[in-house]
Formats: sequence, structure tokens, C-alpha cells
Amino acid sequence: MSAAAALLPSSALHQDWRKVFRWGLICGGSLIALCLVGMPVELDRREIVERYLSLGYVSVLLVPICAGWVAATQIVLEGFESRKQGLYDLVTGLLVGVLGGGGLSLLMVALDSWNLRDPLVNWSPKLLRFLTYENGMGFGAGAWIITCGVLGLAGASLHVVPRVVRRVVAIVLMGLLALSVLESAVSDLSEGFRLEWLADLIYAKKGGLTLTSALVVGIVMAVVAALTDGRVKAVTNRYREMEGMERQKASIVLFAVVAVLCIVLPIFLGKIMNELLANVGIFLLLALGLNIVVGLAGLLDLGYVAFFAVGGYTTAVLTSPNSPWFAPELHFGVSLIFVVIFAAIVGLIIGAPVIRMRGDYLAIVTLGFGEIIRLLFMSDWLGPYFGGAQGITNVPGVDLGFATVKGTDPRSVFYLVLFFCVIAIYVSWRLQASRLGRAWMAIREDEQVAEAMGINTVSAKLMAFVVGAVLAAFSGAVLAAKVGSIFPTSFMILVSIIILVVVIVGGMGNIAGVLVGSVVLIGVLGGPKQPGLLQEFQNFKLLIYGILLVFMMLKRPEGLVPSARRSRELHQDEFLQDAWLKGDKLGIDDDEIETGHVEEESR
Amino acid sequence: MSAHTISTNPVKRLISVDRFLTFIRIFLVTMIVVGFLAFIWQQIDADNPFARWRNPGARGLTGDQFKGLIVSGLSQGSMYGLIALGYSMVYGVLGFINFAHGEVFMVGAMTGFIASDKFQANGMWESNFLLCLALIIVMAIFFSTFTAVVMERVAYRPLRSSPRLIPLITSIGVSFFIQNFVLGLFGPATKSYPRLPEWLSKQRSIFTFEIAGTRLLVLAVAAVSMTALWYFVERTKTGKAMRAVAEDKEIAALMGIDVNRTIVTTFAVGGAMAGVGGILWGLMFRSVTHMTGFLPGVKAFTAAVVGGIGNLGGAMAGGISLGSAESIAPLIILEPLGVPGVSQLKDAVAFTVLVLVLLFRPSGLFGERLSSEDRA
Repeated sequence: MSAAAALLPSSALHQDWRKVFRWGLICGGSLIALCLVGMPVELDRREIVERYLSLGYVSVLLVPICAGWVAATQIVLEGFESRKQGLYDLVTGLLVGVLGGGGLSLLMVALDSWNLRDPLVNWSPKLLRFLTYENGMGFGAGAWIITCGVLGLAGASLHVVPRVVRRVVAIVLMGLLALSVLESAVSDLSEGFRLEWLADLIYAKKGGLTLTSALVVGIVMAVVAALTDGRVKAVTNRYREMEGMERQKASIVLFAVVAVLCIVLPIFLGKIMNELLANVGIFLLLALGLNIVVGLAGLLDLGYVAFFAVGGYTTAVLTSPNSPWFAPELHFGVSLIFVVIFAAIVGLIIGAPVIRMRGDYLAIVTLGFGEIIRLLFMSDWLGPYFGGAQGITNVPGVDLGFATVKGTDPRSVFYLVLFFCVIAIYVSWRLQASRLGRAWMAIREDEQVAEAMGINTVSAKLMAFVVGAVLAAFSGAVLAAKVGSIFPTSFMILVSIIILVVVIVGGMGNIAGVLVGSVVLIGVLGGPKQPGLLQEFQNFKLLIYGILLVFMMLKRPEGLVPSARRSRELHQDEFLQDAWLKGDKLGIDDDEIETGHVEEESR
Repeated sequence: MSAHTISTNPVKRLISVDRFLTFIRIFLVTMIVVGFLAFIWQQIDADNPFARWRNPGARGLTGDQFKGLIVSGLSQGSMYGLIALGYSMVYGVLGFINFAHGEVFMVGAMTGFIASDKFQANGMWESNFLLCLALIIVMAIFFSTFTAVVMERVAYRPLRSSPRLIPLITSIGVSFFIQNFVLGLFGPATKSYPRLPEWLSKQRSIFTFEIAGTRLLVLAVAAVSMTALWYFVERTKTGKAMRAVAEDKEIAALMGIDVNRTIVTTFAVGGAMAGVGGILWGLMFRSVTHMTGFLPGVKAFTAAVVGGIGNLGGAMAGGISLGSAESIAPLIILEPLGVPGVSQLKDAVAFTVLVLVLLFRPSGLFGERLSSEDRA
């Protein structure tokens, strides 16, 4: 289809068929893939709205909505007028949805007639029951085609309706979903505040919102969303435009609120929630450290888990009476000194050889180091010193005099980890604007230029490694005290990659971004072994981490909460282009154009 | 006067880091030399004090053991080589590490498992093995190529002009996705390939080397694929286009080469080689899981770097050197140094080789071939 036809459709049926079929295929393909991976059936156990909607169906229903939305998105070339969207796009969305539903129906027919259970583990009667809603084939196929068509239409119509409606719909849907996902947290909290009746009111006994509460909460949210339209943005914009002291003041107030919440909330939370918070804290600490290495200095360290392991093992060896080779049984606080020393040394040892390498070689070599360290801890060679595959057990908790921090009391672990996180945040915040921090950012943007400007790139990079290593080692130390034992299997490369996803999804180089990233990802989906709020996702979280990573890199490499500078770097071309199109004052360019004219005229 | 002040000595910075690196280099080389000398001594006479020094139980290797190590290193290495070709070609053309290439290899091995399992179920595997082998290789090539091409289209093409690390991070995400997608489709159980027919897998003796038929098959298939690839890249027009695009994309486009298509071809060819590698892996180790791709993938990248990235012959040679180093080094360097349980350290050896190569000769043993913009 030519570009002109896409810009000016003569009628709603004059579709760009190639596009429709492409998105229809993608929609159907993703639906089938989703079913065969087994996500819907497994997530079916989790209710969103009692008896009416489960997470499994939500996961399936989201696909046509997204496909419809994307298919109906018009690509406006720079400098062209955008077309007013209407019936044409609705038809696109509808067709895409119908094609997707057709894909599902085909899958249903295939499920019914063949048995491919042997290689495909999810090819089961359960899936067929899920798809047909136990109402027979014809009903299932018809229902899916119609539902997907309508949802595709709904997705496309989001482009057509006014902005306020779009916003309200998005907020209501997201809000309900979040409320239902947060179920265990909310019930736990209401129990802590002795408000059990509130939780009983919102949630059904077997889990999920009740229909009434879903409707009421939805309406309340819709009203709130409609009323606050534009105001939230105004507030955030005002915050963004603040400068100097004013901004600092606002930030301090914000952090104070968060800090008070962090200190007060755990008191009212139960054991499971506190455990979750402690896990989030451990990974937040790691993410803050990696943020310095990757986000600020731009060194893609894929073996970051090595430092985590060093922290864990140092603590275990120095504090545990079961350490096989050398067991001084020091206090946790004393062992921290050694944790810092060893982490710094390992940071230097790993950092020194890789520092002159190209960015991508650095990534692979650090990955290698991360793996080597785990293999060494596991091997028979160092087994007599570090316990080999059995690890080191019986690591004591942290005795603070008035209380003991140990794994059986997750609240205390959370406070301990909070303490380290505050240190890490303070350090990163102070470093960011310091001479060293600015040197890191200069290196990240262009190493050669940075060097030419007189920055000692080698020592700056080494410092990044060391600071990152120390933070990760703290995290490892807390892990050792929390779990009470240390095994090499806790330090798989997987950990590094999950932290990388956390940092990237949150926003590289931005402390607030990393905070958001780890709370959302680790809190909801869970860490490599630790479950999150959505325990049903256990088997799929790595899949989702992978998709998220690719998606973020393609669509929003600067992350959810971007650092202003980083996003300028990543979108430099677009900024320049926009500025050029708008005829912005890019001083030099204008001058050159003008002088060019003058020269031409003078000839 | 002024000339004098200008020509002061260039500031000597970074001395400590350089010293430290030199120290590391010297240390590693010394360890290797000492280990190797101890090995030679223990071969000459297992009872001398030098051999006993770190490794009191030293017995030395018999000739047959040594030959066995060489053969296993060669066959393992040729597999790494086949995977490394994909890394090398993509790096040569696009200038980034396609971390997900190991997963393409895994897809090949998985396809091979599913097909061969079905073949065994209906008895064809026993009765008509060579046909089955050809079929599973074709199928593995098809699915691996498909994976590689889709990967390029969805994940890498939109990122072609972004900074180098962005596609690398994306490829980590892709690799994660494929691993867990395959896990979801086929479940976590380890899948075992059917046993090879007896006439093929029995031991043969060639030039006094006792070689299992399987390894011979692996070597033969690897050699054939490598030759085919060499012919394709060096002798066909498409291959020429690939080399041109690797040299300079813009100029190639000016010469009328369809750059997009050539890049897709590069991914496809790399994927096909990885698919063949996957089948060979399955035949040799007879077990596949969704994680099979990770370590061979990283090692194959190491092999590509060892041979000089962008250099196809180098990738194969690098693969074979890495495979040999991995199978021989633990026994002839680590064990004489008194390290127990050396076979556990096989993977650590591979990574150490990577670090060594990058420390001593970052452009690889046989030289890099990169486009002008990537050479920096």
C-alpha cells in the first residue's frame, strides 16, 4: 500500500489490507503462543473479579486490545499533517481482533482433533475447557471471534475517543487490576489496622474482587480520574520545572514522606508482606549498585552477581560457626568492614582487566567472571574453604543488643535492608552531582571526549566498579544474615540479568527510577527465587522479564522514570530533528543557512 | 624556550593499573608454564619431586587418554566453531554481540529432539538412520533460521542506528524470552535423544586414534557445513554482498546491494549453522533442555573472539582451539598444579581463555575483520 493511500483512505472499507493481515496474524499468533505456553490456564486460578473474570482470561483478553490499539495507530511522518481518526481505524481494529479470534478458534479445533501432548506439554483438555468455557466448540469459536473483534474495536476506539475518556478508561482498568493484584497486601494491611471489614467488603472469600466492589471502586475511580484530569500532570510538571533550592526542598519532602511510610508501614504488615518487602529491599540495594555501574558510568556489567556472592560468602565465613576452614565467628557489624574491603578488592581485580575493553566485550567478560566465581565457590578445589555445593550454613542473625535481625523475623530484616538502602541512595545521590559522578556521565556519553577533557577515565571506571561492588556486597551480607545460609546456587547469572531488567525498566541513571523498577518488578513478579505478589506468575516471570527487556529497549530505552540527561542522550537524533523542523534556534545551523544564501546571492 | 616547554614528557598516568595488568599477565603465564612443565615432568617420570610437589598422586596420562582428550576437544570445538560462525558474521555486519544466538542453537537441538523422538517412535530411526539424520538436520536448520530471522526483524532491525549497547541488552532480553518460551512449550524435563544405531556409534580406530563413531559423524558434518559456508561466502554473489555490507553498509547500498536483505541473509546463514550445531550437540550429549543454549553460546562467542571476530575461518579455528583447551587444559595445567576436581572447572577454563585472549591479543589469534566504523 502506498503511503498516500494510508494517509487518505477514501472509505472505511478501503483498508490497508497488508497491515490488517499482518496485525491480525500477529494477534492470532500471540494468542496461540500464549495458550501453548500455558499462561492462561495457570493464571486461571487467580480471580480478578469473583466468578466473572480470572487473571487467565485477562491475559488473553489484553492481546486483542493491544493489537487493535497498535494496528490503528497512525504513523505520522515528520512534517505531515495527521489524519483525523475515525470509522476507518475502528474497522481496522475490528478486523484485527476478528482475525486474532479466528486464530484462537483454529487452535481450539486443532486441540479437539489432534493430540500433540507429547512435545507440547500444555496441549491439554484443560486448555480446551478454558477456551470453550465448557460450552462446546461452536459456542467457544463464535464467542472468541466476537469477543476478540469487539476488544480489537475497543483498542482501536481508544484512538478515536476524546483524551479524557481514554484516560478514565485506562485508569479504571489499571486501578482495578492493581487493586486485585494487591489483594494480599491490602488485606494484610487492613488486618494490621484492625479494619478487617474493609478487606471483607472489597474482596471475595476465595480471592478476587466481588462484582459490587469492582463496580463501586470502578465508578469512584472514574469520577476521580475525570476530576483530576490535567492536574496530576500540572503538579509533576511544576516539580520538573523547579530549580535549585526549591526542587531540593520538594525532593526532601517527598523522600521524608516515603521514609516515614517505609518505617511505619511494616509495623502493620504481616509476616509474608514483610518478607516480600525485605526481598524488594535486597534487590533494590543491588539495583542501586548496578545503577552506578551501568546507569551512571555506562559499563554493562553482566556479572554483577559476583559481588553479591562475595558479600554473602564473606559474611558467612566470618560469622558462621559452621564455616569449614576459618570460623572467627565475628559480629555482623565487624564482618561488614571486611565485606567492604573484600568487595573493593574483587571490584578492582575484575575491573582492572576489563576497563580498557570495548563496551560489549566488557559485558561478556564480566559475565564470564560472574560465572567463574560461582563455579569456584561450587568446585571441590575451594570446597574445603567455602563448603562447595553444600554452602555454609548456620549464619547467625545480626545481634543489635536490643533486637536480633534474622530470617524468621522479616520485619527486622526489612529495617536492616532499609538502612543499607538509605545509605546507598544517599551515596548515589551525592555521587551523581559530584566530580566523580559527572566524570562517569561524561564517560558514558563519549569516552574519548571525556578523556580529552582531562578526565582520568581509568580511575573513574574503577571507582564505579568499586562503589557498585561494595553496595552489592552489602546486599549479599544482608542475604546471608536473612537466609541463615549461603549456597552457590543463589548466585546464578540470572540474578545479574534480573537486576539489569529492574534498572532498565525503572530508568537507568535515575534513583527514583530504580526504586520504582524494583518495587514494581520484584514486588509484583518476584526475584529469581523469591515469589512476588502474583505468585501464580512464578513459572512465567522470566518470560515476562525477557519480553519487558526487549519491549523497553525498543520503545522506551530510557525507562519508566527516565533521567532527563539519559533520555536526551538516547533521543539525540529526534531532538535535533524536532528542533530543526520547528525552526528552533540552533544558532549555528541558522547562521550557516543564512551565510549560504548570502554567498549564493553574491555570486 | 617555548618549544622546550611544549615538548615536556607526556603525562604518564594509569601506571598502577598497567602494573597490575602486567602482574596479572605474568602471573597467569607463570601458572600456565609451571603447570605445563609439571605435567611434562610427570609424563617423563611420575616419581620425581617436581611432579609430586603439588600433585602427590600424579600418575601421568597414557597415550590413549591423551588421544581421547584431543578427539573430544576437536569434536566439541567444531561444534563451538559452528555456533561461533553466527556470532562472528553478525558482529562483522552489525557490530553487536547477538547474545541470543545460543538460543538459536538450542532451538535447533530441541527441534532435533522432537523430530528424532517421533522417528524413533515409528521405528524409522533404526531402519533408515541416514535419512532420519538428513531430515532432522533440515528441520533444525529450518527452525533455527526461522528463529534467527524473526529475531532480527522484530528486535534488532528497529535498533540499527542506536548505540552499540542497546541491541546487546535487547539480545539478552530475546535470549531470556526464547529460553522461557521453549520452557513453557516443552516443559522443564531434560529431553534425551534416542540412541544412535550400533553400526554408527561403535569405536573405530583411525591412525591409532580410538574414535567413537558419533564423534566422527560430528566432525564430518561440521566439516561439510563449514565447507558449504565457505563456498557460500567466498564464491557466491550473495556472499560477496555480505562481505561488502560487513565492510561498509553505506557504500554497499550505493553499489546497489539491498542491505536489509543481506543482513537477513547473514542472520539466516548464522542460524542455519547454529541449527546444525544443535543437532550435533544432541547426537553427542544426547540431552537437551531449555538452558542448553546458554553456556555453549557464551563459549562460542569466546571462540569467535579467540579466532578474531568477523573472521570466519578464525571462528572455526577459534572454536577448535577453545574446545581443545577446555578438554586438555584442566588435566595438563590445573591438575599438575594440584587442583582437585578439575573437570568441574571446564567452564571456568573457557572463560579464562577469553580473559587471556582479550588481555594479550584483543583482536584474536587470526585478526579481526570489522567494518571501518566498528574498528575503533
